[in-house]
Amino acid sequence: MSSAVTDAHEHDHDHHGPAKGLKRWLYATNHKDIGTMYLVFSGIMFFIGGFMALIIRSELFTPGLQFVAPNFFNQMTTMHALIMVFGAVMPAFVGLANWMIPMMIGAPDMALPRMNNWSFWILPVAFSMLLATLVMPGGAPAGGWTMYPPLVLQTGDAFPFLIFSVHLMGLSSIMGAINVIVTIINMRTPDMTLLKMPMFVWTWLITAYLLIAVMPVLAGAVTMLLTDQFFGTSFFLAAGGGDPVMFQHIFWFFGHPEVYIMILPAFGVVSEIIPTFARKPLFGHDSMVYAASSIAFLSFIVWAHHMFTTGMPLTGQLFFMFATMLIAVPTGVKVFNWTATMWKGAMTFETPMLFSLAFLFLFTIGGFSGLMLAVVSSDIQYHDSYFVVAHFHYVLVPGSIFGIMAAVYYWLPKWTGHMYNEKLGQVHFWLSTIFVNVTFFPMHFLGLAGMPRRIPDYSTQFADFNSIASIGAIGFGLSQLLFVYVVIQCVRKQGAKASSEVWEHPKGLEWTVPSPAPYHTFNDPPKVAAEVAFS
Amino acid sequence: MIRRTCLSVAGLILAGSAKADWALNMPRGVTELSVETYDLHMQVFYWCVAIAIVVFGAMIWSLVRHRKSLGVEPAKFSHSMAAEVIWTTIPIIILLLMAIPAAETLVKLEDGRKPDLTVVVTGYQWRWHYAYQGEDVSFYSSLARTSADARRKNSGIDPFTVENYLLEVDRPLVVPRGAKVRILLTSNDVLHAWWVPDLAIKKDAVPGFINETFFRAEESGVYRGQCAELCGMDHGYMPIVVEVLEQDEYQAWLDNQKNGDAKLAAAK
Ligand code: HEM
Ligand SMILES: [Cu+2]
Ligand SMILES: [Cu+2]
Repeated sequence: MSSAVTDAHEHDHDHHGPAKGLKRWLYATNHKDIGTMYLVFSGIMFFIGGFMALIIRSELFTPGLQFVAPNFFNQMTTMHALIMVFGAVMPAFVGLANWMIPMMIGAPDMALPRMNNWSFWILPVAFSMLLATLVMPGGAPAGGWTMYPPLVLQTGDAFPFLIFSVHLMGLSSIMGAINVIVTIINMRTPDMTLLKMPMFVWTWLITAYLLIAVMPVLAGAVTMLLTDQFFGTSFFLAAGGGDPVMFQHIFWFFGHPEVYIMILPAFGVVSEIIPTFARKPLFGHDSMVYAASSIAFLSFIVWAHHMFTTGMPLTGQLFFMFATMLIAVPTGVKVFNWTATMWKGAMTFETPMLFSLAFLFLFTIGGFSGLMLAVVSSDIQYHDSYFVVAHFHYVLVPGSIFGIMAAVYYWLPKWTGHMYNEKLGQVHFWLSTIFVNVTFFPMHFLGLAGMPRRIPDYSTQFADFNSIASIGAIGFGLSQLLFVYVVIQCVRKQGAKASSEVWEHPKGLEWTVPSPAPYHTFNDPPKVAAEVAFS
Repeated sequence: MIRRTCLSVAGLILAGSAKADWALNMPRGVTELSVETYDLHMQVFYWCVAIAIVVFGAMIWSLVRHRKSLGVEPAKFSHSMAAEVIWTTIPIIILLLMAIPAAETLVKLEDGRKPDLTVVVTGYQWRWHYAYQGEDVSFYSSLARTSADARRKNSGIDPFTVENYLLEVDRPLVVPRGAKVRILLTSNDVLHAWWVPDLAIKKDAVPGFINETFFRAEESGVYRGQCAELCGMDHGYMPIVVEVLEQDEYQAWLDNQKNGDAKLAAAK
């Protein structure tokens, strides 16, 4: 990049802005454009998946079957989960990575822009295919997002499309992850040593390694399903010498790291936001890095805690119980460090901070139920009941999703150059936080009282808490329309103009460029001045 | 509905006195191990509550006192080795305190020695089959007619009028009180899971494999559960009912079953 020979060419490059019309998006290589596409895509998927959730909750509002057939109900739970996990949460984080990582490390763009384009455009194809299964003979996949055989092999025509779309999602994630790693390792501004990197960059680096490690495992697992179905193998069929439970081992070897893939970037986000609004540096930056790394490592040796009822040797159960309990230690360290960051700060409560605080409290509740689930003999009662549904929705909705929303509010002024409507943002926050609890808290009780998950109808003793949860879900769903409104208002530049710092002296290189961030930033590597540096 | 909601809030506050409909907690159950599991569950729960009080307390304190609107100056500190060490070691100690009883119960749970009675339980889409080993008694157990009628979409039957809606079967599994029952589980088609909360057992039924689990019911009565592993369309409609009888009643039931079968055979 440095040689004088390329100067003339570079000069041209600096001044051409985005292409016009559709081509700008179809051929996009600019990290900001691609980030925007990821975020918009994720938003659309969030609403499609949310709509399915509302079908589920409407059916469960009272006992008896009112709206859908049991088989369609199972299609909804399966598709809801697949769409939320692979279509909403993961792409949102990749979108944030695309927008922010280059700006946070002082790089001009992602390292591999064309692959970046490809990894995005695979997603609409994958999800169009997945959604198309809804109208295929036999309907959409209905065997649960975990795709356990032999049940999943009873899927109709949708089966190969399910497998292929999972392959595509995995491909997209791996390419995204490679891009993140190469960018972070090679394109940091020379001043920025690894331990000076912002936490969001750190958590994404770890996440990217997790992705590269486990997405191929998922691909392998579903490929074996495919060959079992069509090519006469019997990896998972006892009749041919296979073992259905082996699929669960492989799936959860992917699945547990996957849940951390969905939370680590959110850890990064709140680690950026809390210091800004507490006006105090992040407490224990380095120990946060080590904690996130240990969580990532431990996530590879706890998978069988999803399988305590499958029949495992005692020693296996003991090992997976202890390993799972151990994860609570680095997770605790993170929570304590965030608390210490707020301690003796001078806090204000703008929307991104509010979402981060809700994250802190409610994610911790999910951590507590996780700890309870780790204890094998209790888990035998909790497993596959609504208690587990409560657990993972606490870590995923006020955890991952609130993390994403906090990030959007925090960086939106940087992206658009205008402030969002703070008052509406706060209304959105309060509605979301209240309804998320109304929806998911009663599910703990339902599970403990004995209600299994994934059932379209239930005994009358579960009626009351189910109605409450359904009301909460509809409230939560409607509240998100407000979010869309606030974002659109901001994108249309209807708020006050944002300064380049946006907030009060936040740390990080992204705040040294103007708002909105110009189409090309950091063509020359910046200096990391003391006032924006981490640790 | 509003009245119900108010009641529910009241119910939450008076958690201890909640009735069945507002059940908030796991049943204590009727086996030694179900009670032990319940105690373990409560113990871990109380640890969580204690930790929550400390952590949330610190957060709330900070939220109240350390706000810019009170005119405070933010402190500058950003590291403390001592603090890090403390909040790494204390959780480890708490975890050890939890892990020991957890391991003890688990070891008991896996103790399969000397069963008094063995029943082979086979999952089918969508009912259960019970075979009493060595007794020549076996039968299917399906959702009871009353529930099966009411559960149809827009059946016009109000589920609240059906007794034990979705939790009633035509023929329950019958076992004697005080006997250690060994359940051997397998499946004929896809995965199922046999779950009875009051007995604190849940185990997967895996086609081609046999899983085992145990229980010894200390009280006679009727205990209800459901299939807990997604097994397709009617996964929600394959309940489990276990009837625990006194030893002599059980023997009478068993004889009756055998004679009944013999009579049927004779009639043919
Ligand atoms: C303190 C940390 C955590 C612990 C100890 C923990 C423990 C567990 C355990 C033991 C289960 C299995 C429950 C069962 O099926 O019987 C489980 C399920 C689950 N957890 Fe966690 N968890 C933790 C944090 C998280 C986080 C951070 C996420 C995601 C953001 C997460 C997402 C899930 C999901 C999605 C499931 C259910 C998957 C399914 O069966 O469909 N958990 N967790
Ligand atoms: Cu897990
Ligand atoms: Cu089932």
